[in-house]
Amino acid sequence: MSDTDEEVVSSTAAADSESVTTDAGDTGVVTDDASEVDTTDDAGGADSVAGDAVDAVATDVDVDRETPLEVEGLRKTFGGIVAVDEVSFDVEAGTLTGLIGPNGAGKSTTFNLITGMLEPDAGTVRFNGEDVTGLQPHEIANRGLARTFQIARELEEMTVLENMMLAPKGQSGEALWRSVLPITREAVEREEAAQLERVWEVLDFFEIDHLAEEYAGNLSGGQRKLLEMARALLTDPDMLLLDEPFAGVNPSLEKRLLEHIHELREEGYTFLIVEHDMDLIMNNCERVIVLHQGRVLKDGTPATIRESEDVIEAYLGGEV
Amino acid sequence: MSGADTGGWFDALFDRDLSLVLVVLAVIYVAYVLAGVAFGYGLRGQLNSIANLTFYVGVFGMLALALNLHWGYTGLFNIGIVGFMGIGIYVTALVSKPPVAEGGAAQVGGFGLPLGVGILAGVLVAGLFGLLVALPALRLRADYLAIVTVAFSEIIRFTMMSRTFQSVEVPAALGLRADTVGLGGGGGLILNYTDPLEALLRTVFLWEPYLAVLDVVQQTLIPNNPKPVVDGLLYGVMLLVGVFAFYVLLTRLGRSPFGRVLKAIREDEDVANALGKDTDRFKLTAFVLGAALMGFGGILWYSSRGSITPPSFRPNITFFIWIALIIGGAGSNTGSFLGGAIFAGLLYEGPRYVKNLVEAAFELGDAPRNFGEAMAGFASLDPMPFVLYTLDSVSQLRLVIMGAVLVWLMHNRPEGLLGHRKEVAASVGLDRPSRDETTDASAATDGGETR
Repeated sequence: MSDTDEEVVSSTAAADSESVTTDAGDTGVVTDDASEVDTTDDAGGADSVAGDAVDAVATDVDVDRETPLEVEGLRKTFGGIVAVDEVSFDVEAGTLTGLIGPNGAGKSTTFNLITGMLEPDAGTVRFNGEDVTGLQPHEIANRGLARTFQIARELEEMTVLENMMLAPKGQSGEALWRSVLPITREAVEREEAAQLERVWEVLDFFEIDHLAEEYAGNLSGGQRKLLEMARALLTDPDMLLLDEPFAGVNPSLEKRLLEHIHELREEGYTFLIVEHDMDLIMNNCERVIVLHQGRVLKDGTPATIRESEDVIEAYLGGEV
Repeated sequence: MSGADTGGWFDALFDRDLSLVLVVLAVIYVAYVLAGVAFGYGLRGQLNSIANLTFYVGVFGMLALALNLHWGYTGLFNIGIVGFMGIGIYVTALVSKPPVAEGGAAQVGGFGLPLGVGILAGVLVAGLFGLLVALPALRLRADYLAIVTVAFSEIIRFTMMSRTFQSVEVPAALGLRADTVGLGGGGGLILNYTDPLEALLRTVFLWEPYLAVLDVVQQTLIPNNPKPVVDGLLYGVMLLVGVFAFYVLLTRLGRSPFGRVLKAIREDEDVANALGKDTDRFKLTAFVLGAALMGFGGILWYSSRGSITPPSFRPNITFFIWIALIIGGAGSNTGSFLGGAIFAGLLYEGPRYVKNLVEAAFELGDAPRNFGEAMAGFASLDPMPFVLYTLDSVSQLRLVIMGAVLVWLMHNRPEGLLGHRKEVAASVGLDRPSRDETTDASAATDGGETR
């Protein structure tokens, strides 16, 4: 696979560059418009992760690079309760966008509507310019939109390595006959060996390589969050939806997670993050969307959110 | 990672498994031979006893392996195993039984095709029914799938008994060899096709040599009609070959990206789905393959019997296979076979042997005819009638013993014998690939070693 992308140029603007081209997305990476050269060489495997990301972006044809995710008029009711009511927003490429709101504001429901876990009653979700409303979760994931869950959901009786090996898309060995028949199996083994190198690189990047042989069920809460993000990353997504990635994570691990997220964003990934911790969102996101009672209350930079009377009244209770 | 490396890892695991399996089998077989000695069996009796044991080790091993694909790997709660087994053997019978007009005692005939074709058809149709059951049912939660499958297996059994399908005239206009076909109703079907062993040996041109060997056996070891004994042994060996084939197939399947997705579905289907896996497709494939293997298991179980009747396909068989899998450890292929062997040797056949042993060891009188008489002994503080009655009812009590074992297992070792072990789902070893061969993968636990 693309484990040979040693020379990778990435930048915050990488996602904006239209001229990223590769053949089958397997061999070379050509990026221009490199306004900033990635300087994060300290984390192991970071650059090849970035390479894969660029790879993945490059293979998408006719990508709307400005706003990979566009949500319009999304509505979902459960019985008599309107959980999500005419929610519209978009997420700009290469940004860290926060989605906040008090309990019951409809954040998780919105996430589930976007990722296909729930089907909206009305409205559309567009990803990379394509209407993905009502598609199955796996179809959406395969288009490059990866998600994590609010409560880290590990595959507990599988090892960390198995969890990671599961994630990559388009594994030929997922066809039963290829995995079982003699000659095709050899090809599958080669593919797995190549994939394994990437898996270890990502494990190194998230610094959970010492846990590789452990059952995922034996990991601590924070380690699970790391594993879940690492796993999502291995699907080669363009965009990551993180549902409360910092819940139940101790401060030092939280710092590490944030560093990882910033690094990845600089490499061109787009993030939409649901989070309860206001300070965290305000200090790290370029843009914040506030949901309240199923509606978008405010959408703007942290500074404008802070100043908004509505938000302070509805959500912050007059603090901040 | 080179092929040799992978092979070495594979071999090591296999060796460990193989030795464990061989030890357990050896213990069971020695116990049976010793019991035979105690009964005063001659060579013929010993061989019969061993053939019988091998038969049940084989069929339970095979079916537990097939169930492991459903439950151990994919987490599909299938309690309709016996239905698929029944479909397998009934279709085989239907396809391969000779027409009524060609003689024999059977009132219902078949299409008279070669047995190989019949077996293939049985396996395929079992798989097809797996698809039929799975298509609507896989969207259901695990416990509802269980209800659907057990209902399905009962529908199959009642269909076997149904008068509507008992026998159907095949119109001569169709130009088929068959005249009357059907499921035989409550009376079942006489399996008057070629003996499966003979059919197999003839296909591989070993029938004549086999007869010659039988002659030698007759002159040296068993002077009086050795064929049934040797047949039984050979059929047992054939079943063990079948078990091995199941094991190889399912182990390859398990140690692959496909198997990994199945495991992920077992653990958390939503997660697998969110990672871009079309879980419905995987569940369907696994269910159909498992159903087909169960059909094959059913064929091998019943094809050498002279006849089949619907009562053989009651759900208790399903639960026997479940117990075998639970003993061995769901999720482990080696464990599944081991569970099958232990179940067959100890719980399924064992109680009868214990009873016979006790009867051989002590001169015991006749057992009381009913429970009342058994209890009456206690009035005069004589427990013997009760003990005798218990011994006499041992085949009914088998179910009680199985239940007790199951309860004990659930409390003390819910994961079974081998269910705790990591059978990593990947086609290659997952150690850190080391670019220079001297680096020990396990030593490199500090982040950031590569490039």
